[in-house]
Amino acid sequence: MVGIESMGIYVPRYRLDRREIFESVGWISRNFLPGERAAANYDEDSITMAVNAAMKCECNDVDAVFFASVTMPYKERQNAEIIATALDLGSDISTADFTGSTKAVTTALINAANYVAAGKAKRILVCAADCRIGRPGSYLEIVSGDAAAAVVVGKEKLASINGYHCVSYDFADTWRIDKDDLAKSWEDRWIRDEGYKKFITEAISKLLEKENVSPSEIAKVAYPCLYPRDFPKIALSLGFSQEQIQDPLFTILGNTGNAHPLIMLAAILEKAERDDRIIIASYGSGSDAVMFTAKENFPFSESIRVRKKMPYKKYIAFRELLPVEKGMRGEEVAPTPVSVLWRNRREILALVGSRCRNCGTPQYPSQRVCVACQSQDLEPYRFADKKGKIFSFTEDYLAFSINPPAIYGIIEFEGGGRFWFDITDCEPGELKVGMPVRMSFRRRDFDPQRRVYNYFWKAVPEVRG
Amino acid sequence: MIRDKVAIIGMGCSKFGERWDAGFEDLAVEAFNEALDDAGIEAKDIQAAWLATCFDEVMCGKSALPLANALKLPFIPVTRVENFCASGSEALRGAVYAVASGACDIALAIGVEKLKDTGYGGLPEFGTVMGTKNRLIFPNVTAPGTFAMLATRYFSEYGLSPEKGKEILARISVKSHRNGAMNPKAHLRREITIEDVLKAPIIAWPLGLYDCCGVSDGAAAAIVVRAENAKEYREDPVYIKSIQISTSPGEELIYRWDGVHIETTVRAAERAYQEAGIEDPRKEIDILELHDCFSITELITYEDLRISRRGEAWKDVENGFFELDGEIPCQTDGGLKCFGHPIGASGLRMVYEVYKQLQGKAGKRQVEDPRVGLTHNLGGFPAMSVAAVCIFGIDKD
Repeated sequence: MVGIESMGIYVPRYRLDRREIFESVGWISRNFLPGERAAANYDEDSITMAVNAAMKCECNDVDAVFFASVTMPYKERQNAEIIATALDLGSDISTADFTGSTKAVTTALINAANYVAAGKAKRILVCAADCRIGRPGSYLEIVSGDAAAAVVVGKEKLASINGYHCVSYDFADTWRIDKDDLAKSWEDRWIRDEGYKKFITEAISKLLEKENVSPSEIAKVAYPCLYPRDFPKIALSLGFSQEQIQDPLFTILGNTGNAHPLIMLAAILEKAERDDRIIIASYGSGSDAVMFTAKENFPFSESIRVRKKMPYKKYIAFRELLPVEKGMRGEEVAPTPVSVLWRNRREILALVGSRCRNCGTPQYPSQRVCVACQSQDLEPYRFADKKGKIFSFTEDYLAFSINPPAIYGIIEFEGGGRFWFDITDCEPGELKVGMPVRMSFRRRDFDPQRRVYNYFWKAVPEVRG
Repeated sequence: MIRDKVAIIGMGCSKFGERWDAGFEDLAVEAFNEALDDAGIEAKDIQAAWLATCFDEVMCGKSALPLANALKLPFIPVTRVENFCASGSEALRGAVYAVASGACDIALAIGVEKLKDTGYGGLPEFGTVMGTKNRLIFPNVTAPGTFAMLATRYFSEYGLSPEKGKEILARISVKSHRNGAMNPKAHLRREITIEDVLKAPIIAWPLGLYDCCGVSDGAAAAIVVRAENAKEYREDPVYIKSIQISTSPGEELIYRWDGVHIETTVRAAERAYQEAGIEDPRKEIDILELHDCFSITELITYEDLRISRRGEAWKDVENGFFELDGEIPCQTDGGLKCFGHPIGASGLRMVYEVYKQLQGKAGKRQVEDPRVGLTHNLGGFPAMSVAAVCIFGIDKD
């Protein structure tokens, strides 16, 4: 049976404290929405988070990459293909962006499962990520969280996919036209009562009917939490008990948009018994409900183990909701040479260097002449998945960074090779020579003249929780 | 072997500083006029010239035309050279090799850099100067940041606590400021204390403000002839004992390196000692002008030049070995620390001080009877550099 072969969850290291948002700009009672939400670092977006999630999957040799998000960094230039290139998946694949609503992820998942079931593909990587930006103090900002998830749809290793039911409505609860960066919403009470509760209820109940199972035969049911007080009412009204409802992680992550249904699945699989039946529903322009059967456990908690507080003022500066001074040095951004990026796409986006066929020395960047033996016989060698150590580092207050100081260093890779990289997800005073790091795909910069987001790899210190 | 084949017969050096009053042309003319007067020749006597500039984009533009235009050099061959911060030494090498070969009899080497028109502190942004691919993969490195990584590594390798390490580095800057305060041509002419250095804001950890050289405008020039003709121009010409340049093939950054030395300095120095016939530099060299773009660079260079033993330069610093009254006075003019670092000019500015010291014309800063002096001019980053080591003597063998 078709199922989930492999899975990766990526939650950014940072959290916003909702109380701090209220204290800074909010007008909603502080008791109403407690807890934290996940926040992407200044150099993260939906693409980078999706790549980081997919790096945790066994995703070699997939036939297609589907990417679901309502926060696609590019409107034109396919986002899924940027992800595929960063993962070094080669060009013999099909790629597609699924967008427009926060149920795009289940649409992508169901499509992938159907392709595999039909024998048209063996394995498909489905990535989902969101990094939704609301106006400071808005409900959207407070309830949303930033995260990514990736699954390989193929054999039923972690879980099987048993059935689904889709309901689709043109329900304008939240919308954003092509010219806008920030979304508009209609009244909450209307969204809650006419859309959220009804659509999820309809999708789950029709799925139960279709599969001919009763709520008591389901181990866990999960769907996103938009309104904490009304959240459990949906499942309770369908005949589920409180214990069957999966914690939506609202006070830990927030609603992570397209990533959320897969994050819920991962959280359930952590504690599921083999053959437990699971229902996951998405929400947005309707709802898709999907039924799974658990096969193996998944170490979900690992992905939320390390967390740090991000000051709200930094968050609004990073998201460019607060225009901060960049200085004349910061304004000098070198124009992006797109044809150079194309020629060196594996080297830049996939962190592929070279290894000497004569002496075996790995080297980055890619070399024409071996640095160790001067042989000209070299082969591609990927560094993105190699562990590294900090050889040296600095905290640079002269270099422009939206998150000063710019922290960078020379990284030595296990197995050979070294280069200098930005070091991210760390604060001044935390680094030491010799500290272990892993590589993480990040937004390197934005070229405001050529309108290009540039991506590259940075080092992230491994932190023991 | 270039030893004793060429001599410097005239030098000039502009006032260094934030020269809001002066552009490229003003600085070039200021240094050139002094060099002509010093050599006792006229502009028309110059047969070929080499111009060193680095950031042409933010000042004079490309090629040697800006120099030929500024000085109105009469259709002679003029060449512009650029090798990052070692450009000044490259210009000298071009001029020295030209007269040594007999291709011409009198040649000019001049370095000019007008940095203070960018609108911000520090060197011009590196974004466009590193190449189109590197711009997509390098961190936003700055000069202090890349040299700071040497200090991070040095402290770690030799077990110096950050406090102890920073104190050693502070002594280097305090010494240079003491010398620079006596030099009317220096940019920063104020003595400082160790406490000033330690309390200054961090620029790139662990380097603070006083661990970094200034950013200045300036120019320096040298006029060279074959050694056998030198005494026709003056009694006290200064002889070129060696000019060596080493350029990194890139292995330090991507393959192997201990991170506590600069390989190009080591290579250039060894070749320079051989060319100059020096066996024990700690005993045979009388004065040093090193590329102290940052205090840590000076510390490490003591070791790379074999003046101090590996990992022990900090002990020499503590013992005052490099002070004006020490065994080998270093940065007698104040160094890059007090002159600042107008890139193309610095290599020749160092030669200017050695030249004056060897002639006994360094005024209040005069060292007692120096015979041999060394300049070290470093370009690029510790992990990927160009080093020039030049040795000069007042005596011809």
